Amino acid sequence: MSNTKYILGSFADPDEMMAGIDKLQKNNISIYDCFTPMPIHGIEAKLGVAPSRLPYAAFGFGALGTVLGFSLLYYTMVHDWPMNIGGKPSFAIPNFVPVTFEVTILICALGMVATFFYRNHLFPGRTPRVMDLRATDDRFVIAIDAKENTDHALIDGLLKEAGAVEVKYNDRKYVSYE
Amino acid sequence: MGNHSHHHSYNFDERFEFAGKAKMFSIIAVVVGLAAIAFGLLSSEHVIVERTYANLLLMGYYFTCVCAAGAFFCALQFVTQSAWSAGLIRVPQAMASILPIASVILLVICGLGLTTHNLYHHWNADGLTDPNSPNYDALVAGKSAFLNVPGFLIRQVIFMGTYSIFAITFAKLSYKEDLEGGLTSYKKSFKLSAIFLVIFGFTTPIWSFDTIMSLEAHWFSTMFGWYNFAAMWVSGISVITIIVIALKKAGYLNWVNENHLHDLGKLMFGFSIFWTYVWFAQFILIWYSNIPEETVYFYKRWEPEYKPWFWLSIIINFVAPLLLLVDRDAKRKQNSMLFVAIVLLCGHWLDYYIMIMPGTVESHRGFGIIEIGTAIGFVGLFVFLVMNKISKHPLAAKNHPFLDESLNHQI
Repeated sequence: MSNTKYILGSFADPDEMMAGIDKLQKNNISIYDCFTPMPIHGIEAKLGVAPSRLPYAAFGFGALGTVLGFSLLYYTMVHDWPMNIGGKPSFAIPNFVPVTFEVTILICALGMVATFFYRNHLFPGRTPRVMDLRATDDRFVIAIDAKENTDHALIDGLLKEAGAVEVKYNDRKYVSYE
Repeated sequence: MGNHSHHHSYNFDERFEFAGKAKMFSIIAVVVGLAAIAFGLLSSEHVIVERTYANLLLMGYYFTCVCAAGAFFCALQFVTQSAWSAGLIRVPQAMASILPIASVILLVICGLGLTTHNLYHHWNADGLTDPNSPNYDALVAGKSAFLNVPGFLIRQVIFMGTYSIFAITFAKLSYKEDLEGGLTSYKKSFKLSAIFLVIFGFTTPIWSFDTIMSLEAHWFSTMFGWYNFAAMWVSGISVITIIVIALKKAGYLNWVNENHLHDLGKLMFGFSIFWTYVWFAQFILIWYSNIPEETVYFYKRWEPEYKPWFWLSIIINFVAPLLLLVDRDAKRKQNSMLFVAIVLLCGHWLDYYIMIMPGTVESHRGFGIIEIGTAIGFVGLFVFLVMNKISKHPLAAKNHPFLDESLNHQI
């Protein structure tokens, strides 16, 4: 039994990679993931990737922003230091709308970026997890779990038949930057 | 997507057949509308006649705005070189090509309203600008260099005439492209669209100042133009959505799918928020500075006869799309999109109602035969003219350079 953990099929053309996915799926070979330097339309549906849950995070952070913005205004403008501005009541709702709105947007946007970074291991200082360095440059990569799919010769053949320019057998999941 | 070809079997020469029930109902609606308008105009009560004029202005303006939004939609797609809309571009094109008719109707309504003093009497009455007259009004006199009858009519003709020329040119170039192919029409449309958008952007605020804001000539708001533009654009998108869904339900436009609907849904959702943003921006500036000549506008709308409608307008035009369209699936389903589009069209009727009635009939506002009849009549006329136009040409712009990309559109 080899130590190969993942088989990577590296393509130079996205359409060939898409054809490769079809070929593998026809032969009941499960695909671990695909890595491409740019978004490919329709690839999520093909791979059966579940829709992103980022909108839930967005809603949560947005709601938090609304509460924070409103609380800040209420504390400063009504509770702690009420001021007479043009004779208007301290607790004047129209006043509160723009700031609450802006804080909602701010917290929502920052929260979404933070969530995205967290999920993708992109925090500054963290070592990026990459299975193939050229997938961030000019190659379209299909990764196959070698332990789950044992017929490596078949996989190799299918990938090359689809137009893979290189097939790698990696003992480690992630490549290092060293 | 390169050589990754998608095989389709769409008939791009397919034509919509405008006949049967759709045609009959639209003609009946026009007749109902004419009857309601005649009933109102022939009334012996001055208040009823004025109310009819106000309703004519409302629907005439709404009609023209929706058609202008069709032209704006076309121009926007060309300038941004958008591909997604190429498969449904015939719908806004048809709306744009009836802009000249809508413009003439609105011009007649404005002209008759001015001469009979049923509209715009805040600035168009005897002696308002004459210092020796007991009716002298210093504010109106100060604005009279801009706000006078010839100036008003000339601006209306120039603005709507210019929009109309561009609108029919966009449609014509696309129909020509069907026959000749090539990129000549597309390139020409791109250039014209860029020019049109600049003209449109600078003149629609002035157009709405004239047509609607001058009903209450003592009041002004620099936000009013954008506020009107937002209403125009949301209702235009809603109309495009309704026509697309109606055509799909009738078995046409098979190449338009939930992805295209999703984009229309995003525009409807986004610009409803934009409408609210501009509405609120106008409100808060006036509320905050609290200057009597500005607050008068909202005081009038907070009288008991308008206040519930004033709030209802915000709920329909903001809360309804916000809650009903925030979900991704809701934007991709025909029935939910159709429902929201119809709700928004009713909502913007109410929006225009709140803009127009306090400056015309004031406390004599009503909601009855005249309102409903006039609205039905204009809807019937719009449906008749647009569907008739759509039936005259193939449903797809088959030589549109981005048609294939539109077919494969996916979001």
